Formats: sequence, C-alpha cells, structure tokens
Amino acid sequence: MRRVIKALLTAVWFMILTFPVMCIKVNSIDNTVNWYPERAFWLGVGVFVMALIWDWCFARKSRGLPVLSLGAIGESMGNALRRLQEQPHYRGGALILLALVMLAMPVVSSIYQTNIMISALLYVMLALGLNIVVGLAGQLVLGYVAFYAVGAYAYGLLHQFFGLGFWVCLPIGGFLAVLFGLVLGFPVLRLRGDYLAIVTLGFGEIVRLALLNWPSLTGGPSGISNIPRPGLFGLEMDINISTIYIYYLVLAAVVLTIIVISRLKNSRVGLALQALREDEIACEAMGIDITRVKLSAFALGSCWAGFAGVIFAAKTTYINPSSFGFMESAMILSMVVLGGMGSIVGVVIAAMILILAPEYLRAFSEYRMLIFGAIMVIMMIFRPQGLVSGERRKYKISALQKKTLEGRS
Amino acid sequence: MNPVLEVSGLSQDFGGLRALSDLDLRVNAHEIVALIGPNGAGKTTFFNCVTGIYTPTEGKMCLHDAEGGKTLLNGKKPHHITALGMARTFQNIRLFGNMTVLENVMVGRHCRTHAGIWGALMRDKASRREEQDSIDRSYALLEDLHLQDLWNDLACNLSYGAQRRLEIARALATEPRMLLLDEPAAGMNPQETNELEALVRNIRDTWQISILLIEHDMSMVMSLSDRIYVMEYGSCIATGTPAEVRSNPRVIKAYLGESDA
Repeated sequence: MRRVIKALLTAVWFMILTFPVMCIKVNSIDNTVNWYPERAFWLGVGVFVMALIWDWCFARKSRGLPVLSLGAIGESMGNALRRLQEQPHYRGGALILLALVMLAMPVVSSIYQTNIMISALLYVMLALGLNIVVGLAGQLVLGYVAFYAVGAYAYGLLHQFFGLGFWVCLPIGGFLAVLFGLVLGFPVLRLRGDYLAIVTLGFGEIVRLALLNWPSLTGGPSGISNIPRPGLFGLEMDINISTIYIYYLVLAAVVLTIIVISRLKNSRVGLALQALREDEIACEAMGIDITRVKLSAFALGSCWAGFAGVIFAAKTTYINPSSFGFMESAMILSMVVLGGMGSIVGVVIAAMILILAPEYLRAFSEYRMLIFGAIMVIMMIFRPQGLVSGERRKYKISALQKKTLEGRS
Repeated sequence: MNPVLEVSGLSQDFGGLRALSDLDLRVNAHEIVALIGPNGAGKTTFFNCVTGIYTPTEGKMCLHDAEGGKTLLNGKKPHHITALGMARTFQNIRLFGNMTVLENVMVGRHCRTHAGIWGALMRDKASRREEQDSIDRSYALLEDLHLQDLWNDLACNLSYGAQRRLEIARALATEPRMLLLDEPAAGMNPQETNELEALVRNIRDTWQISILLIEHDMSMVMSLSDRIYVMEYGSCIATGTPAEVRSNPRVIKAYLGESDA
C-alpha cells in the first residue's frame, strides 16, 4: 500500500511539474489559450505505472533477486554460456552454427546488410582492443578513437603520398597505432583513474584537431578520398564482390583478435594486467614491473584500433576527421562497460547490439540517444558488472588430477 | 650469524616531517624479528622504504644473498626488490579481489617466470610447461596454508583470516629470503592468532625465510620473536630479546605514558 501511495505522489508531482509544458498551449495567431487537462491525466497514469515498476525492480534488487528486464536476460545468457562451456558438445555445435551463419551471411543477404555487418565487426574489433586497456588492465582511456584515426590516416596518407597498398599499410597502421599508444603511455604512467581519463580524452581531441587543422597534409575537414579497396593479387572486383571480400577480411580479423586476446588474457601477462587493475601497489610489491605492464597494455590495446582503422579506410574509401570524434570513443567504451569488463563474449555481444540495434530500429532513430542513455542508466543500476561477468578460466591442477585418478583406481 | 637485511642510518622526510630518523636495523638468517611501537611511530613507513615504495632521504639498506654477496636497495624499484628476494604483506589487506585465490598466488610467481607476450600468443611447449608448473606450485602453497579448498573462489569472498593467509601465500610465491609482515594478526580472534603464530614459525623453519613483522598483539610478539625493535616518533628507542625489551623503562614509558607523580 505504501508503494502505491508513493507512486501516486510521484505521479501527482510529475503532473504539476509538467502541467505548463504539456497542458497549456498559446495559439499566437488567434490569441487564444488552449487547455488540455486530459494530457495531464494520461501522463499521471503513465508515471504512476512506471513508478510502480521502478519500485518493484528496486525491491527485487535489494532482496538480491535478479531483476527482470535486462538483468534477467543477462542471467539466462550467463547460464546458457555456462552450459555451453561445461559441455563441449554443445559448445562445438554452437560455434559451428555461429561460424556457418557468419560465413553464409554476405551470400544470403543483401549488400546493405553486409555493409552494416562490416561496421559492426569493426566495432567488435575496437571494443575488444579497448577491453584490454579498460577491462583487463583497468586503465580508463577515453581517447581510444585516436588510435583508430591513426590507423585510418596511416593508410590514407601512405597511399596518397607513396602509393602504398592495403596489405602493406595494414601492418604499418597497426605499428603506428602502437607507437602512438606508447607516446601516450609514457606521460600517463603515473596517472590513474579520473586523471588518466582526462589526459586520454585530451589526447583524443588533440589527434582529431591536428587532423582537422593540417590541411596541407591531411586535407583538413574535407579528408582524404579515393582510398583503394583492398586488393586480392591484382584481381579486378566490382563493388559488390569487393564488399563481400572486405566482409570476410574483417571476419577473419575479428576471429584473430578473439584468439589473440583470449590467449593473452589467460597468460602470465594477462594475469599481470588484471593484477594491475585490482591493486597497483600490491601489483608492484609482487614483483611486477608496472611501467612495462602499463605500456604493454597501451600497446596491445592500440594495435587493434590501428588495424581496424586501416580496414575502415579501405571499406569507406573516404575518411575525414568527423569519423573520429569523442562520441566514437564513448560508444566503444559503452560496449566494454555494457558487455562486462574483461569479458570477451560479453563485449562482442554488446558491440553487436549497440551497432546493429540502431540500424534495424531506424523507425525510432529520433529517440536513439534517449533510449541509449536510458539503457546505460538502467544497466548501471541493476547490472553494473555488465551483460556477461564472472567468466573464470579453468585450471588443471596436477595434484588434484592425481587424487581423482587414485580415487578411481 | 649471517645478516639478511641490514639497514643503517635510515631517515625519511615528508616535507618538514621526519617520519624516520637515523634508524639502524638488522635481521639475521632464520630469525624472527618484531618491530613494535605506538601508532604513528613509523613502522609501516619503514616497510615502505625497504620495499622501495618510498625513496629514503638518507641511509643505506642492504639485502644479503645466500652466497654472501649484498645488494644495495636504495633507489631500486619495488618489483626489482621483490625479485631480489624481499616479499611483504600489507596492513590493510591488498589482495586482487576480483581474481581467484589461485590466480592471486600465481601473480606472486610473476617474477620467477618468464613467458612474455609472444609465449602467450604461441602457447609453445616451454610457456605451457612453465604455466602448468606455476599452477602446481601455487596450489601446493595453498595446501601449505590450508586454503586449498578455496582455490577457485574469488579473493574478495574469503573470510578475514583466510584473506590474511592468502596474502602470506602470495608473498611466499615470490620465493623470498626475507618476509615482511605488516600486522598479520590485526582483527583476528585469539584462536586464529595462535594458528598464525604456528604458521609464521613453520614458514621460518620449512622455507628457511627470515621474518620481520610489525605487530600490536604483545603476547604473540613476545612468544614468537627472537629479537624486538621498539620505535617511537620515527626512531628506535630500544632493542633486544623479548625479556630485555619488556623490562626496558623507556619502552614502558612509551607504551604506558609517564606518571606525573
């Protein structure tokens, strides 16, 4: 009963608050004032229901129960994943199914769909790269898109001035991004948390502004155009075939990224990165060189952005600074946070959702940012650890295995 | 007796404040030495100097190795000092909370293993063997500290006493010659304190490690330590065996205050 009264009060308060905006309209042509009291009523009903749901969600949360909405989806997804992990049959089957779907996609669907999927996969790559820095090493970097820009412009400029092709520029772009990662890494070694976030935010803006205001080199706001698509042994390809080719290229790159990062995550270096995230002082006291670990985190993270940048330039054939604004960084960071810090599966899912959902929900495009913001707020309240969390690596302990063997015999 | 840790004339200034002044301290091989004193006497500052977190203003700190050589610790980075054979625990527990118990100990093995990024990507035979070795050794350490049943739990979900033991396990994983324990018995009940006392002795005897500990639990300090250093206001006011320290008038004054009468 108390909840109902509380919701009622909220509704009345909202009605009063929005009354002038919602219910009074001045018609300046006829010089009349129109009243719409029924709008206040419907608003009140709406707010009342919302308040009840909100309250119910919080009550469930405080009792430690999973909240419906996104939380439940995440939970069931977590369960499904666990089942997949525990049973290799299911896991193998699911992986093969996924691989078939991904491989068949450009053949079955249209070029439009394939293009959307390419950009989604590029973002998956970016998010996985940032996941190393933010999710594993715990260094909050807000200017990640700068490395993406470095990769894209590396290809664009090297082609424009030296006529280098895609396959030569791909490693160079990655290398340059690593170099920029180290350049950023050195001065920020002593910073952590908020301060690091601010400096990296500044770094991202510096790169964007440099690209924007250096027309003699970068073409300024008009960017670089006529960047060639990737070649395949000098084969002539029309635009459709070329798009499909890029799709498979990106898919391979994403698979490679996933393999590399999952291996890295479970290695000695990965453990050091996670220790750095958990406690810097203890990490140092355990014999880990935090300078080296931090720099390798920056280098490993930025290299994927460099690769993604080169592929992006090749895909769009045209780049300009407006593709590398702060919103992109924020978007990639949201994918990492939404997916669950450090979780590879979660980040892949989140990146897919955040890129594909706006494309397929074009009808609601006006409310895109509103919905996006609401999702983020709700996630942070009810499931701050992200969609997938608590993935644990399985360790084989020789002593335990011996024991079970002895037990059996 | 061979010294393991030798500190002479150590001073540490923070701005105008002298946190440590002209401190001399020596820990011999296979010795348990306690560092006691009222709060704010500079005990933890001393630990931070020796482990390289602070750079001392003056003084010399040397760590001796088994072959009789010695290394100057001044100006060395913390990870380097750990690699030389000095491990520590923290007063306010600093575990890697969102990592499992086993992973915490494996992080401690970092400075004794070598696999780099390339090894991680290739997973070649050498790095796989090294990793399995690291896993098994870490698990063996957990068994020694009676944490083996918890090996796959997150460190932040452990009970207080278990967290303290895990910190010791993690420090032992670095294969130290010298172990620094910062208030290991803080917040423990008498039974846990007794177990801890046995554990510290056991560490000294089985691993041949010298131990320097900061502790406020006087009964534990008196029964456990071979020698005691007493600090007040950043300087050492007394040193000796537990019996000597207990009867020292300056120590009594520092702990109980001076009567006006």
